[in-house]
Amino acid sequence: MDTSIKVLIVDDFATMRRILKNILKQIGFKNLVEADDGTSAWEILQGQTIDLIISDWNMPKMTGLELLKKVRASDQYKRTPFLMVTAEAQKQNVIEAVQAGVSNYVVKPFTAEAISDKLEKILK
Amino acid sequence: MNVTLINPFINATINVLETMAFVTVIAGKPYLKKDNVAVGDVTGILGLTGVANGTISVTFEEKCILNVVSNMFGETMTELNHEIADAVGELTNMISGQARRELEEAGKVFKAAIPSVVTGRNHSISHHTDGPKIAIPFSTGNGDFTIEVCFER
Repeated sequence: MDTSIKVLIVDDFATMRRILKNILKQIGFKNLVEADDGTSAWEILQGQTIDLIISDWNMPKMTGLELLKKVRASDQYKRTPFLMVTAEAQKQNVIEAVQAGVSNYVVKPFTAEAISDKLEKILK
Repeated sequence: MNVTLINPFINATINVLETMAFVTVIAGKPYLKKDNVAVGDVTGILGLTGVANGTISVTFEEKCILNVVSNMFGETMTELNHEIADAVGELTNMISGQARRELEEAGKVFKAAIPSVVTGRNHSISHHTDGPKIAIPFSTGNGDFTIEVCFER
């Protein structure tokens, strides 16, 4: 797994961004960028090149699903790995995310191993 | 209140605290709560809509939430601040999410709002409906917390 890539972490809770940053740093990722909702994330995606997006679903302004759809509709990011990390894991949520092109899905609460395993799969 | 609406929140609370904060949690006996005064220092509260409308809240004693968040962050937290409030919101969100998955398996589909957080000694908890408030006390090795589940009659 290439840990030199630039990762964008999107969550409206600073707590979750902090936990994810800690896990990613433990894995070896150093190039981490944060956004607190989909709108801010999209602005970052327009201003710099991101190699992996890890996003929450339920956020104000622009949800993770709306962000995913924008990402997949763009030429630059249509193939960029997108990991949804969310408490929203009812069947309809998962179906919508898969149909929108999510790379993989982690349900909160999660262990560090769960994040690492999913990243191994989508960054092969 | 239907116990099938309560148990998923107890199960979710135990699992979220154990998974995210490595805290062993013991559930006490549920009781009917008569007032709006929080049993603790910081509360996360979240509205639910679906087969029934209601709210859930999670109230932590200061000692308990400082230990929980210290474990989540891997560093010692010493005071109730915006970082603790944010963590309580996210914990409430995760408890809601996991409980709603269990409820969905039983055919009860709910949607959740974004949680809000209230802090301070003897603060009030405003549930969105006037249904009975079922409180479930939990103990950890480092302080206690209480969840409340309130659905419309």
